[in-house]
Amino acid sequence: MILSGADIIVKTLIEQGCDVVFGYPGGQIINVYDSLYKYQDEITHILTAHEQGATHAADGYARTTGKAGVVISTSGPGATNLVTGIATAYLDSVPLVAICGNVPTTQIGTDSFQEIDITGITLPITKHNYFVGDVEDLADTIREAFKLAVSGRPGPVLVDIPKDVQMAMCEYAPKNVEEPEEKKAAKDIRIEEAAECINASKRPYIYFGGGLITAEAQEEMLALADKIDAPIGCSLMGLSGIPTDTERFLGMQGMHGHYASSMAMHHADCIISLGVRFNDRVTGNREKFATTAKIVHIDVDGSELSKTVNSAHGLRGDVKLTLQKLLSLIKEDVKPMWQNEIKEFKAEEVKNSDTRDSLTPKNAIQTLNKFLGENTAVATDVGQHQMWAAQNLSFKKSRRFASSGGLGTMGFGMGAAIGAAFGTGERTVLVTGDGSFGMCLNELATAVTYNIPIVILLMNNGVLGMVRQWQTLFFDKHYSNTVLDRKTDFVQLTKAFGADGERVASVAELEKALENAFNCSGPYVIDCAVDKDEFVLPMLPPGGSMDDIIVKVGD
Amino acid sequence: MARFTVAVLVNNHFGVLNRVTSMFRRRQFNISALTVSETESNEYSRITVVFDGDEQNKQQLVNQLYKLPDVCSVSELKDGDSINCELLLIKLANNADTRDEIMAATTAFEAKIMDYSKDSLILQLTGTSRRIDEFINLMRDFEILEICRTGSVSLEKGSSTIRKVTNF
Repeated sequence: MILSGADIIVKTLIEQGCDVVFGYPGGQIINVYDSLYKYQDEITHILTAHEQGATHAADGYARTTGKAGVVISTSGPGATNLVTGIATAYLDSVPLVAICGNVPTTQIGTDSFQEIDITGITLPITKHNYFVGDVEDLADTIREAFKLAVSGRPGPVLVDIPKDVQMAMCEYAPKNVEEPEEKKAAKDIRIEEAAECINASKRPYIYFGGGLITAEAQEEMLALADKIDAPIGCSLMGLSGIPTDTERFLGMQGMHGHYASSMAMHHADCIISLGVRFNDRVTGNREKFATTAKIVHIDVDGSELSKTVNSAHGLRGDVKLTLQKLLSLIKEDVKPMWQNEIKEFKAEEVKNSDTRDSLTPKNAIQTLNKFLGENTAVATDVGQHQMWAAQNLSFKKSRRFASSGGLGTMGFGMGAAIGAAFGTGERTVLVTGDGSFGMCLNELATAVTYNIPIVILLMNNGVLGMVRQWQTLFFDKHYSNTVLDRKTDFVQLTKAFGADGERVASVAELEKALENAFNCSGPYVIDCAVDKDEFVLPMLPPGGSMDDIIVKVGD
Repeated sequence: MARFTVAVLVNNHFGVLNRVTSMFRRRQFNISALTVSETESNEYSRITVVFDGDEQNKQQLVNQLYKLPDVCSVSELKDGDSINCELLLIKLANNADTRDEIMAATTAFEAKIMDYSKDSLILQLTGTSRRIDEFINLMRDFEILEICRTGSVSLEKGSSTIRKVTNF
């Protein structure tokens, strides 16, 4: 059939299995919005308050479903407002398809109104991007964008479409969704070498990240752990990958990781790393990182192997398929000595744990845990609250944690929670702080308009807590621009948006408020008082090693 | 540190060179020369990159190249197994005191005189980058007015081609 470019865009989105898109209209994308109107029975468009919120929503949708999230914007400022969201998705390997309008091809390069070179701007933060100059190429380009976004190591892809291409007419024939690029295991010889190394190990440690979730290799990893009697830890991006109560699971490691998990990694003689990238927040000082360990690294992206830390065995391949092959070469073994050491690390962790029963950050998150269903997704913003959530949240199901790990984007949470609610089809939780919430609270309007059930736990300490913590520890308590001292009444503000909320100052009040929130049909804000001097502990100082770990204030 | 030459076959699309060089810049690869040209097929362009680094840098560069969807194949061209060639144009001041010495060097290196005027002359030399370096060093004794060199282009010896064989 002969369709306009705009119709082809929307038809191709539907064809690719896309049922919800997030975006914001404007002059150079108006034709696409007309097509969205036409096909509204087949595809839902969620209008956000800001394009950044729309990108984070598409991201939250993608993180919770594994499918590509879609965001639509106009040219110029609409397109530049996507940038932070695209970069967030890029750093966390989230599949995203961003569609931007642009000025007509005849005006490209003339600095016309709301013209911006968005393919140039997003070059380093997309897997790939396209400028579609001919309507004949449009449908296949969008198909390719979807395929690329979810293939191998996922990531964002941007498609820039001038207005005249949206208006031009062309033949459109639907096509079946193409399979992603074929998955391959690592080379046999590499797997054999790695198996030898793992079989010789006395103190193995399994360390997984977001790549394990993408590859859905949990079963294989747990089988490996059982076979070699190894503890398991993860990066921030790995959280929710396996249930928190998994017996071998020591939790997140790294700068604010669990003591036992970080110690086990530090003392391991073999670190089996699955879908991770050894970020500096994970390794600290790389010279002193796990000096006694041989690293076996399996990743679908070959460029991650020996990028930051040298791996003895770098295996490029799909984590699941590679683990399947590896498992058959692994000898079963019990390691009571190593398990005893781990028990000691765990005991030390318990000894240092915070046992206060007041409304501490830890108690706030643990109270929240009681309300989380198996399918409840939790989004966070960035800062202290994010780490408290990461340390204390109890996950039951994979893809139920949406947090900006790589880019550390304050303002990510509200949009992500909206997207996660669509992704899971269920009530979603946002754990945020007063700093981060201040950056994205406009999306409360979106949640109210669409009556999206989001429980917002706002950990309000009146300061930019994470930076303040660094100022306390490393800058002689010079609290430069981290004391917010704002007079915002978040409960009143919430009501102004048309949502409901309350302020809590004790665990009992929080529990009651959570009950109200989980019974509310739309968004509900719990303004939770947190002391400004609360720390995120333990902490590995930036550039430090396990010898420098701070486990208690005053250390 | 070593010097590597890598040939990259890319889709002959608008903006592909920018994608490749943008990646080099962002990841701070130490590129000393880069050439791009058409190939035997109008579907592809060929980029020849000369860069300094260690083995790990090279592997990283190659891995990052392969992540660009427009990159079709990558091949390292080692000195002994490939033909490397570069073109130099050099403009020198022309005066009676130095003319004879310049001419002697020109003959010895089999360079060509491309332009000859009262005050200046332009020489052309093709050869390996190293030979061109040597020639320029020799010319530093005289008054160099301008230099322009192309960067190296390379092909593997024998019948194998980058489209059939990649050595990564």
